Amino acid sequence: MTARSVRSLSGALKPLFSNRCPGITSCFLQVYGAASCNQRQKSTYTPPPARYGGRHTVTLIPGDGIGPELGNHVRELFRFCCVPVDFEVVNVDSSVASEDDINNAIMAIRRNGVALKGNIETNHNLPPSYKSRNNLLRTTLDLYANVMHCQSLPGVRTRHRNIDIMIIRENTEGEYSSLEHENVPGVVECLKIITKTKSLRIADYAFRTARAKGRRRVTAVHKANIMKLGDGLFLECCKEVASGYPEITFDSMIVDNTTMQLVSRPQQFDLMVMPNLYGNVVSNVCAGLVGGPGLVPGANYGEDYAVFETGTRNTGKSIANRNTANPTAMLLASCLLLDHLKLHAYASMIRRAILSTVSETRLHTADLGGQGSTSEVVQSIMNAVQSTGPQTLSI
Amino acid sequence: NRFQLEMQTVTLIPGDGIGPEISSAVMKIFETAKAPIRWEERNVTAIKGPGGRWMIPPDAKESMDKSKIGLKGPLKTPIAAGHPSMNLLLRKTFDLYANVRPCISIEGYKTPYTDVNLVTIRENTEGEYSGIEHVIVDGVVQSIKLITEDASRRIAEYAFEYARNNQRNSVTAVHKANIMRMSDGLFLRKCREVAENYKDIKFTEMYLDTVCLNMVQDPTQFDVLVMPNLYGDILSDLCAGLIGGLGVTPSGNIGANGVAIFESVHGTAPDIAGLDLANPTALLLSAVMMLRHMGLHDYGNKIQTACFDTIRDKKVLTKDLGGNSKCSEFTADICRRIQDLD
Repeated sequence: MTARSVRSLSGALKPLFSNRCPGITSCFLQVYGAASCNQRQKSTYTPPPARYGGRHTVTLIPGDGIGPELGNHVRELFRFCCVPVDFEVVNVDSSVASEDDINNAIMAIRRNGVALKGNIETNHNLPPSYKSRNNLLRTTLDLYANVMHCQSLPGVRTRHRNIDIMIIRENTEGEYSSLEHENVPGVVECLKIITKTKSLRIADYAFRTARAKGRRRVTAVHKANIMKLGDGLFLECCKEVASGYPEITFDSMIVDNTTMQLVSRPQQFDLMVMPNLYGNVVSNVCAGLVGGPGLVPGANYGEDYAVFETGTRNTGKSIANRNTANPTAMLLASCLLLDHLKLHAYASMIRRAILSTVSETRLHTADLGGQGSTSEVVQSIMNAVQSTGPQTLSI
Repeated sequence: NRFQLEMQTVTLIPGDGIGPEISSAVMKIFETAKAPIRWEERNVTAIKGPGGRWMIPPDAKESMDKSKIGLKGPLKTPIAAGHPSMNLLLRKTFDLYANVRPCISIEGYKTPYTDVNLVTIRENTEGEYSGIEHVIVDGVVQSIKLITEDASRRIAEYAFEYARNNQRNSVTAVHKANIMRMSDGLFLRKCREVAENYKDIKFTEMYLDTVCLNMVQDPTQFDVLVMPNLYGDILSDLCAGLIGGLGVTPSGNIGANGVAIFESVHGTAPDIAGLDLANPTALLLSAVMMLRHMGLHDYGNKIQTACFDTIRDKKVLTKDLGGNSKCSEFTADICRRIQDLD
């Protein structure tokens, strides 16, 4: 949910129901959400601007590697399920130096409000003037919260069971500020910026999400014993916001201890909030713990825009165009997109079909240790939708 | 072999908390193994030297400068003591630029990960831990990550030398040059340059997030990892978690001028100090690492085999390993096995 939607929807409904029956609010949201695609919006939340004639327009950035083929599978599945979403495809060529492509993509996202994106490759051997296109997109659109929900899926064998961790990562500042200089030849300084505003903002987002999703515990991940001022400020902001949520337990953990705890006992974590780089590490560790990069979707939320992608943002160059990529992560990301557009019925239908397919071991793709192909998985999902869903195109 | 029989001096810093008892356990085991080590015990506390700068006691420094090899137990971290941590002081005094942690699965100490066999080599002097921070305006803080050509080259050279001396096949540089183009780019360039001189060792580069992702799914694909300070901190603790935690992980710090200090990285455990309950495995494995560094591979292998056999046998394990034996019983069992091996 974008910041605005979480605030306004829960804010609008709370005074109506909280006096009488606190439990009803959540039930109401579920019932209301499922029926929303069949009736006009009544809440104070303004849907994304491109909703016209009952159909949404969503920007699709195919990206590199496995991105284009996964994007095609999403379109295929949506067409099959008669989802009222039209994709506006914007290609970003990562091999050219000009930033026109990514600026066009950003403009398209501003227009449509929502996007589904594959990872755009960054050649790290190019000079610093060539910035990471993905980072540029996130910072320009101010998509300040990266949300990744890692849960153990039935049917996927992993070393640890019963993992259910939500990771909220600050997405725009910290070590990813791209501010570097070489004052003296051979000595490079890279600046890590932590600001009070952005730290308060992400902490606020984390606690609101925790409250909305019924999470009991929020853990802030930091390295304030070494970076006393920077991470110290982040921690202070989290503590400040925590004081406004007395029903949620707040604690903090140093990042190296966090990774150690994650590989031995990941079940102890509930919701975690952290600055950019630690978020990168922790989200990849958690994705690995629940089964790998092919399973976890990711969402980037800003005040006005939302961009959905695979959680671990891999390009998958080595497996591109071989029909072996795992489409689960991208398809689950498209379900998050549908939830964002308030098309909850479609989202649940497709999500149910995806999860039932993932639990079938014989369809597992190479990353899960199987030999299934991407198209087999997508076909199976479509079959599952057809057997349970209301109306679909004939295959 | 004349070199093996010549006694070498090692500076022993027992440390605080459980430090003294695990140090005596290690000394006892070494005595049983008849390792040619002469221990010189020294204490390390921060004292104010001339000019107001904090430093370690001069006799400790002198001993270390002469012996060049040190074994250190856990040191207490002072809060609001006015002086920096002892570990930091030692690092600065001897320019300990490389932190080496071999993470090898211990047969008999079950973790969800088996067959882990990798080494993390972390640059220990600069990077994100430079300690340079400023408040630009109220509410905006800037931390500076420093990467220099010299430090990067030094750590890369050490990593490849280590790989060659320990029969390891590949070295992987861990970085985030897609985002931090100049700093990690410099680190990467230096690693590539050094790799040119070590054509017998395979060199690869991998993003930090990809390493984390793959490490928790299949740690067997990694061999030697070399990286800057922060990534090293996180990854070395991640790998320690894979094999069972800090209580069983050895660690070594390599400094300029041939100084090397091997240490256990766990805490001082004040609650069990003096009760003969501590687990000396971490310090013992660090001491084995020290023996290998000194070229005394036979003694190192003998002691390590005895230690692993004891753990695999599960009869006399300390509490943290899942048993309820005393430290002295654990030590005695290892000594007995060493005598049997002879």
